[in-house]
Amino acid sequence: MNLANPQFNTHGELIHLLSIEDLSRDILHAILDRAEPFTAVAEREVKKVPLLRGKSVFNLFFENSTRTRTTFEIAAKRLSADVINLNINTSSAAKGESLLDTVDNLAAMQADMFVVRHASSGAPYLIAQHLAGIGSNHIHVVNAGDGRHSHPTQGLLDMYTIRHYKRDFTQLTVAVVGDVLHSRVARSQLHALVTLGVPEIRLVGPKTLLPTYAAQMIENAPLRICHDIGEGLRGADVVMTLRLQNERMNGALLPSTQEYFKSYGLTPEKLALAKPDAIVMHPGPMNRGVEIDSSVADGSQAVILPQVTFGIAVRMAVMSMLAGGSQ
Amino acid sequence: MKVEIKNGRVIDPASGLDRAGSVFVDGATIVGVGGTAPGGFEAEGTIDATGCIVCPGLIDLSARLREPGFEYKATLESEMAAAAAGGVTRLVCPPDTDPPLDEPGLVQMLKYRARHPGFAHVHPLGALTLGLAGQRLTEMAELAEAGCIAFGQANVSVVDTQVLMRAMQYAATFGFSVWLQAQDAHLGKGGVAHDGAVSARLGLAGIPVVAETVALATLLQLARETGVRLHIRRLSSAAGLEMIRAARATGLAVTCDITINHLHLCDQDIGFFNAHARLDPPLRSFADRDALAAGLADGSIDVLCSDHTPVDDDAKQMPFAEAEVGATGLELLLPLTLAWAKAAGLPLGRALARITSDPARILGLDCGCIAVGATADICVFDPEARFTVSRERLKSQGKNTLFLGRELAGEVRYTLIDGHLAYSADRLL
Repeated sequence: MNLANPQFNTHGELIHLLSIEDLSRDILHAILDRAEPFTAVAEREVKKVPLLRGKSVFNLFFENSTRTRTTFEIAAKRLSADVINLNINTSSAAKGESLLDTVDNLAAMQADMFVVRHASSGAPYLIAQHLAGIGSNHIHVVNAGDGRHSHPTQGLLDMYTIRHYKRDFTQLTVAVVGDVLHSRVARSQLHALVTLGVPEIRLVGPKTLLPTYAAQMIENAPLRICHDIGEGLRGADVVMTLRLQNERMNGALLPSTQEYFKSYGLTPEKLALAKPDAIVMHPGPMNRGVEIDSSVADGSQAVILPQVTFGIAVRMAVMSMLAGGSQ
Repeated sequence: MKVEIKNGRVIDPASGLDRAGSVFVDGATIVGVGGTAPGGFEAEGTIDATGCIVCPGLIDLSARLREPGFEYKATLESEMAAAAAGGVTRLVCPPDTDPPLDEPGLVQMLKYRARHPGFAHVHPLGALTLGLAGQRLTEMAELAEAGCIAFGQANVSVVDTQVLMRAMQYAATFGFSVWLQAQDAHLGKGGVAHDGAVSARLGLAGIPVVAETVALATLLQLARETGVRLHIRRLSSAAGLEMIRAARATGLAVTCDITINHLHLCDQDIGFFNAHARLDPPLRSFADRDALAAGLADGSIDVLCSDHTPVDDDAKQMPFAEAEVGATGLELLLPLTLAWAKAAGLPLGRALARITSDPARILGLDCGCIAVGATADICVFDPEARFTVSRERLKSQGKNTLFLGRELAGEVRYTLIDGHLAYSADRLL
C-alpha cells in the first residue's frame, strides 16, 4: 500500500504542492515569507525575475478557469518561465485520451512543472504518483484546484492576506461563510488556519451546505459549526465568504438565491456584528447579491482585490520554491 | 481415482469435527473420514497434508467472473484459476454482467462454460428485474430451471417499491430467495465514499449510512409482508447490523453477508485517494468495521464473501471518483478469514463455518462439509505459511486490491473439486 504522502520526497522535502494538509507551520510561513519580495516585482519597470528561466510550465486545465489559469500564467512569466496553456476538456479528453496518457505525452515534451486543475478530487495525486512511477519525479505538480478537495495556492494567498492585515494568527477568530460542502477553497483555508494556530474557526452555513461531519474533518481542530450567521460573525476578525455555484442555487440544497442572501448573504448589518476592523475576503468570482452585498464587496473592510494581487506573488513563491532550486 | 489425504488436521465446521486424520476420496465423493480407510479402499494416490488443515472447499457467495460482457477485465478461465488457488470450490456470481443474467439462455451458457473439470461449481444469481432496470420481473421460474440459485439486483436498487414488493411476492410464490444490497438509490446518489470525517476532509461526495438503513428498513418490512426469504448482501454499517439483529429477534428469517474488505478496512484506508479503496458499498468508519467483525463472530452476520471484482488497471488508474468500483478477492478470502479469526480469538472451526457451512445453508444445498457421501470439494491449506500479496502472485486477472503488499498467513496447498485436483501449490496443473 502506498501510504507515503506524494507531495514530499523521501527526504521530506516538498516536491509538489497538492494540498495544504500535512504542510507544517514552518513551511507555510516559509512560502509566505518567500512571497513578500515578489509583491515588489510587480512595481518594477521590468516585471520579471530569472528564477525559472528556461523552465517549461504546463497549465493543464481539465476544468475551465480563466482567472486561476491567468494568475498562474502571470506568475510563471514573471519568473521567466515558458508557459504552455492547455485546455484539456476541449482537446485530448474530448478525443477519449486518458488522464495519464495525456500526462505521459506532456512528460515526454520535457515539462518541468504541471499546474493542474481537475473536476475530480485527488486527480493531482494520481498524476504525482504516476510521475513517480515512471521516474519523472523532477516534474513538479501544483494543484490549481481538484474537485471539492483542495486549492492550496488559494488557501496560501488567503493566509498571506490575513497575515498582511492581521499579523498574528494565534489571536484570531475566523468565520468561513457559505458552501463549505462543495468548496475546495474552504478545505484549503481550514487546513492552513488550523496549522497556523488560529484558535477559533467558525463554519457558517445551512446544514445542506456543510459536510455532515464538518466538525470532525480535521482532528483536534478548533472548528465550530454555526447555522446562525449572527452567531458566526459576532466578534470575528476575518470573514471569508465562499462563492455559491450557480448549480447549487435553486434545488434541494437551497430554495432560492433570495432566501440564501437573506439568511447568509454578507450585508453591512451582518458585518457590523464582527469586529470593527474585521476584514472581508472572497476567492472570486463574486455573486453580488447572493453571498455578498455590493456595499460590503466594495466597502472599506473588503480586501478582495489585494487577495488577487497577493495571489500572483504567492504563486511565484510556490513555483520558484518547487522548481527554482535554492534562492 | 481413489485418493487419501493424510496426516492433516481435518476440520468440518458443519459437524464440529476437528481431529487429526485422513479424508478418503473415491471419484467425486468422500467415502471416509478419520483414522482408517473404509473397507476395500486402496489409495491410488495420496496427498500429504502434514502441517495442514483439511476443510471443506470454500463457498463464496459473491464473485464476479466478468462473463459475459467484460472479458477484457477477466475471463472464466482466469477467475476459475484464481478460485482454485484460493481454495474456493463453489461460488455465486451476481447478475451484473453485460447483458445482465436476466434470460435463461445466458444462464445456461454460463453454466455450460463453467462445467469443466477443475472449475468451481457456479451458481448464477439471476436478475430480479429485466435488465436490472427495476421495472419488469424476470422469468424467475425459467431462470431457476436454467440454474439460478436465487434472484437479486447486483448493485442496482429497485427504486419503485411497488415493483420491489411484487418481485418479492412472485419469488416467494415459488420459494425462491431474494438477495439484495441495502442501498437507497437517492441518498447515496453521486457518492463515492462513506459520508464521514474522511470524505469531508478529502472532498469526496459522501454515501451516508442512512442510504443503507433507509433501504434496509424497506427491505425488511417487505420481506415480512411478502414472506420471501431475504438475504442481505454486502452489509456495511453498524446501524444496519443492529437492524438485522432486531428483525431476527422478532422472528424474521433474514440472513446477511459482508465482504472481506469491509471486515478489515475502513474509510481511512482511502489514504491519498487510493482507487483500490473505491468500493461498493463504501468502506465505512473504524467503528462500523469493528461492529461488523463482532457481528460476524457472534453469528449475527452469517457469511463472509470475497465480493471478487476483477477490474483492469486502466479502469482503476483514474481519479478516485471516476475509478471503477471493486476489488479482486477470491484468493484473499481464506487468509483474511484466518486473520479475522486470529484477531477475534475464534476457534478455527467456527471461523471457517462463515466460508463453508454457513454459505451452504444460505444456498440451501447439501454441500460445504466433509462427511461420508459428500461431494469431494476440499481445501487443504497451511495456516502458518505466510505470503505477500502481489500482482505476480494473484492468478486473477484483476490485480486491484488494497491488500497488495500485505503479508498474510494461510496458504492453500491443494484444492479438490468433485475429487479432481484443481490446484496444487507444488506444481503447475
